[in-house]
Amino acid sequence: MTVFPYLVACFVFLVGLAGVVTSRNLIHLVVSLGVAQSGTYVLLLAIGYREGGTAPVFGDVPQTRKAVDPVVQALTLTDVVVGVTVTALLLALALQVRKREQTLDPDALHTVRG
Amino acid sequence: VIPLLVALPFLVAPALAAVGRFLPAAVDDVVAIVTAAAVSVLAFLLVLDSLDGPVHYAFGGWEARDEIALGVVFSADALSAGLAALASLLATASLAFAWRSFDETGALFNVLMLGFLAGMTGFALAADLFTMFVFFELMGVCAFALTAYRIDEPGPLQGAFNFAVVNSVGALLALVGIALVYGRTGALNLAQVGETLAGEPTDGLVIVAFALVAAGFMVKAGIVPFHFWLSDAYAVAPGAVCVLLSGVMSDLGIHGIARVYWHGFSGSLDDGALRAILLGFGIATAALGAVMAWLQADLKRMLAFVTISHAGVFLAGTALLTPEGLAGTVLYVAADGLVKAALFLAVAIVVLRVGHPDELLLRGRGRHLRVTGTVFLLGGLAMAAPPPFGSFLGRALVDDSARELGLGWLPPLLVVLGAVAAAAVVRAGARVFLGLGVERDLRLSRQHEEELEAEPKRAPSGLAPFALSLPAAALLAAGLVLAFLPGIAGEAVADASHFVDRPAYAREVLRGASVEVPPAPDAGPSRVAYAYALGGTALTLVLAAAGLYRNRLPRAPVAALRRLHTGAVGDEVAWTLAGAAVLGGLLALAYA
Repeated sequence: MTVFPYLVACFVFLVGLAGVVTSRNLIHLVVSLGVAQSGTYVLLLAIGYREGGTAPVFGDVPQTRKAVDPVVQALTLTDVVVGVTVTALLLALALQVRKREQTLDPDALHTVRG
Repeated sequence: VIPLLVALPFLVAPALAAVGRFLPAAVDDVVAIVTAAAVSVLAFLLVLDSLDGPVHYAFGGWEARDEIALGVVFSADALSAGLAALASLLATASLAFAWRSFDETGALFNVLMLGFLAGMTGFALAADLFTMFVFFELMGVCAFALTAYRIDEPGPLQGAFNFAVVNSVGALLALVGIALVYGRTGALNLAQVGETLAGEPTDGLVIVAFALVAAGFMVKAGIVPFHFWLSDAYAVAPGAVCVLLSGVMSDLGIHGIARVYWHGFSGSLDDGALRAILLGFGIATAALGAVMAWLQADLKRMLAFVTISHAGVFLAGTALLTPEGLAGTVLYVAADGLVKAALFLAVAIVVLRVGHPDELLLRGRGRHLRVTGTVFLLGGLAMAAPPPFGSFLGRALVDDSARELGLGWLPPLLVVLGAVAAAAVVRAGARVFLGLGVERDLRLSRQHEEELEAEPKRAPSGLAPFALSLPAAALLAAGLVLAFLPGIAGEAVADASHFVDRPAYAREVLRGASVEVPPAPDAGPSRVAYAYALGGTALTLVLAAAGLYRNRLPRAPVAALRRLHTGAVGDEVAWTLAGAAVLGGLLALAYA
């Protein structure tokens, strides 16, 4: 086990969040959020990884084989599903903004403030 | 009973989504209302059931074996079951209101509301970290979509977009924290996590993990500086949705922090420094929310900031880390949630009948809405926690617990901040429904400048405004009389004492032991608490009168506060990350 996957996870997560904070385009913003979410996939999978382990499918494999942790894989799948739902919803909102304001600039959104 | 609380709305929602459009709209609405009402009944049964001892339910019969938790467990103690009951009660009222007030509810609205309800009951009862995360996201996604329900207006677009992005970032922070906990303990079940962590020294990983999970839940609760999305979203969501958002969803964030701390981390983070840190966040939130509420002319945005301010008070009450503080907070949450829901419904009625919810434009125009006006004014007063009604009991328990800890300065501070927030609501009510106060007030933040139509609109569906205001009046009445349930304070304290007992909880979940809930102590408000609450009520009235006729505030700090609330999503995410960093940094300084 090395520290490398954790560095990758941390980097991807932070780069995604930096994109969200500085974004000048709503689609770019939504995709940046997806990038940050990918960081969590890497983190989860890295936590469950075992050197030399196979996929955790025990149907026809003898149970003595070493396998990676199936729990984090289930978590990652759930995480992916959640991410897709949020992304779809946000893109629908972005489309609606474009229809109304003819722009994808996040600043076109601010009608409520103060 | 427990799985039905989540399964029932989950089964009805897709069924409605599939066949709803072929049915008459009235059938859809009735099915949704009956479902929510059935969940409320089940939730109340569960509360009664759990008074003698928490009920734990392992899905699919996967009980813990050899002290290792295997499956997904729901834990219902009276406090979390009470939150589920509050959520389903508010959902019933708000569906009943939407049935009568939206001309275009449509099957999908009901589907989303039921999904939202399932998410909230699931989050209240879930006893492992990942299930909490899943329900956290589920209620989030339904809430984003419901906020954007009137998608052809600009306000809901901004509100829903900021809401979705900031809450997703919060959920990701929480998820990273959960992943770190799993990596350290190999467990997601909170009882198991608690047992494993308690036997080890507290190191950086544990601190960072707790900070991330707590920050994620604070986003949902609208704690400063995670609160910016909340005032954008609640100001624009349909009134019937705000009932659920403000009445219970925000408070579930606090519940999440309480559950994760006591069942998971209380063995490794002692209460001294954590109390100070959480109190700091709570007081900052209560103060900023109260001041910003005072500055709003838009009634819904004002109530949104009141929600933030009260979330701060709830966090402060929980942060005492005593059973009395927790019990008081839960009673306060329940009474206050009902009152806030009634206020949002009252505003929704005003919007339906008169137009924009702008306090100054509406001056005196609500005179003919007698029932609605009464509900709004009484609701505003109820926020000041006048003894012996409604939220007073919860407030008094928190006050007394703070004084026992030697934090004698805390109750008066909370009284003053609570009075400012309540006075903003009373001021607005007096201006709109009684026509009091000056006509122009340049110090208030406006969202609408255009003039209103001269004639009040007719109620939709030809209903009398009286029938429309029935759910609001019922919620307010429920909030006010809650404190009179015999022995409720003692039962809450007894249940909270059990809730904070981590080893007992672990024995129950992991070994199937049954641990007796301690007998209900004779808990009642002290004289000092009565005095504080009476003082707070009087102060509310004085401040409201001052706000109506002589609104004087220092210009520079107010303008600075306003400038912070830009409504830009990038700024809001930046504040969220900064807040998480501050929380993590403080915890690290204290415990590392």
